[in-house]
Amino acid sequence: MNDQMMTNDTSYMDSVHKWGRIWNFSVMGILFLYPLAVALLFGAVPDGKGLLMGLIATAPMYWAVGIVETFTYIPMLGAGGSYLSFVTGNISNLKLPCALNALEQAEVKANSDEGEVISTIAIATSSIVTTVIIILGVILLVPLTPVLENPVLDPAFAQILPALFGALGVVFVSRNWKIAVAPVVLMLILFISIPALDSGTVGIMVPVSVIFTLIVSRVMYKKGWL
Amino acid sequence: MTFSVNHPILFLLAGIVIAVVLAQSVFFLIRAWRRGTQMGMDKKKLRRIVINAAVFTIAPAVAIIISVATLAKNLGIPLPWLRLSVVGSQSYETIAASNTMEGMGISLGSNVVLNASQYVTISLVMTISIMVGIWLVPVVARRMQKGMISMEKRDKKWADLFSASMFIGMIAAFLGFVFCDFGSVFKGETYGLIPVLVMLVSALAMVLAGALVKLTKKRWISDYALPVSLVIGMASAIPITAWLA
Repeated sequence: MNDQMMTNDTSYMDSVHKWGRIWNFSVMGILFLYPLAVALLFGAVPDGKGLLMGLIATAPMYWAVGIVETFTYIPMLGAGGSYLSFVTGNISNLKLPCALNALEQAEVKANSDEGEVISTIAIATSSIVTTVIIILGVILLVPLTPVLENPVLDPAFAQILPALFGALGVVFVSRNWKIAVAPVVLMLILFISIPALDSGTVGIMVPVSVIFTLIVSRVMYKKGWL
Repeated sequence: MTFSVNHPILFLLAGIVIAVVLAQSVFFLIRAWRRGTQMGMDKKKLRRIVINAAVFTIAPAVAIIISVATLAKNLGIPLPWLRLSVVGSQSYETIAASNTMEGMGISLGSNVVLNASQYVTISLVMTISIMVGIWLVPVVARRMQKGMISMEKRDKKWADLFSASMFIGMIAAFLGFVFCDFGSVFKGETYGLIPVLVMLVSALAMVLAGALVKLTKKRWISDYALPVSLVIGMASAIPITAWLA
């Protein structure tokens, strides 16, 4: 029975990786089709200088961030969740909190077989709902614009991250307070004292904070404090 | 064919790409659902996960529509629609578009009307510069997962702590970010307190929801605690900003 379960787990994970590869490489190709199709349909040639300058100014930083984010987020998102999240984006502000909340509700661990299923379901649902809401938003963009750009609502959407991580943080920090003290204190000191750290750089600070937390946890674990 | 950033054919092209990405999500959802039921997981539990994830997603997704509307002023609707439906964000797309436009001697935010060549250049830079995660995940995910499994076999307690530490590390970075303007308080200004107070309001809402679950024994309250706390926190930002900005 256990052997059968183990085989099913292995074959499921194998299929997740197999289909993940097929989908992600296909999406990668399809994403390139958009600019290529526009170029062909309108007889346009990319502006060489603009392309070069744009890539030099943009790509190195985002490639570096992309590499670090991939290694940081895969263990948290699970296999299925990773393949989906790195295609659909909005990982730290939407997909990962969504998966975390789902794991919490289901009372399963992220690194379990159930956790893999739950996080994939949560992230896939979130991706579908996001896509559908954006489609509706695009269809209704003209009538919605006065509402969406209403200055009264501006502060609400500007504070979405504090609202999200306040609610999420209180659950996870209170449950793992021994692990949380050191990284929370370090991040508070860094963000308060270094003006360059802001919404644009928080993505870079996530891996820094994760690595620091892992080191602190390891030391505490070895000393028998956890 | 005369080019325009809102040409119907661009909507069609963006729609095709988005349909493929949507199909990937549906594909993974169905397979994970089947796997869950095969493992004996309760269908009601799985359905609850789907509903919770959907409800939780609404507010952040509306924020993405605002980003589409903002970027559409220069780039038309189809390109921001596509870019923000796949991997991308308002800040990234703005930086990519701005850098490319500067390279072409024009600037984002001005009343410039893009031609097809400029449009193709911008969308190429946006596509190439953020492609890493899409191809790197298939390359490394399997190996990383094997590493996690072998860590769990060696020391299960540490594997659980490892996982919890990663989540806490991520949350700690964002809690730090909430305080990024806090320094303004030392200069006699109060706007840096706005995100801190919003964070506290949503945390308090979450704590109250938890207390309500314990008092009433109604589990469904905890299902909606996060999305409701998120919206309460966001709503509180309106009077808090009016007070402190």
